[in-house]
Amino acid sequence: MSEIKKFMYVNRKAPYGTIYALESLEVVLIGAAFDQDVSLAFLDDGVYQLTKDQDTSGIGMKNFSPTYAALGDYDVTKIYVEKESLEERGLSLDDLQHLTYEDEDDDWAEKDSIRLVSREELARIMDEQDVLLSF
Amino acid sequence: MALEVNGKVIETDEEGYLANINDWTPEVADAMAKADGVELTDNHWEVINFLREYYDEYQIAPAVRVLTKAIGKKLGKEKGNSKYLYELFPYGPAKQACKYAGLPKPTGCV
Repeated sequence: MSEIKKFMYVNRKAPYGTIYALESLEVVLIGAAFDQDVSLAFLDDGVYQLTKDQDTSGIGMKNFSPTYAALGDYDVTKIYVEKESLEERGLSLDDLQHLTYEDEDDDWAEKDSIRLVSREELARIMDEQDVLLSF
Repeated sequence: MALEVNGKVIETDEEGYLANINDWTPEVADAMAKADGVELTDNHWEVINFLREYYDEYQIAPAVRVLTKAIGKKLGKEKGNSKYLYELFPYGPAKQACKYAGLPKPTGCV
């Protein structure tokens, strides 16, 4: 049995205009099969990836934002959002999708996946990771 | 590749998945299954309909592990296990059922 590593996927870019956001999400879903300790971080323009009511009809791209709600099914339950990045863009938690997961160890209680953290806390969490993948 | 259903030619990729998800009808699923030598029963349809609903909500086809867990939750433990699902879809529940449901190959299917 191989050792469990802490993987963090760092998302810094706006959801559309580049392929980074979608690629990151797909890698997370594929990587979720490998039983590692996975977390996601959203900062800078990456916070826009989680905004609700996205409408891509004007740009001819698939709106993949509903897929973030499936992360809980894939046991991806730690989604860190940087507070300063939200505030700098005039956003708050209310502008983001409400992402949840069911806690197997707590009688399948529904819990929030998004954890709002300060820049300082996020730096500390990043420091604890074995692997950081930046998108 | 292509599939002919009720005189209409429907395009698929080299593995038999629909090229255009909007081409799907229940008859398409039946035709695909027939080509594989499978007769679709109500039990097959439960899974196919579940996959279509999942795709509609999340825009992805779930990985087999996720499908198994979700089926168990929705249809009961006796159906939410690999044995049951592999008996219905011997080529792999996610892959084969997604194909019949007109969805792309599941994300996370390695």
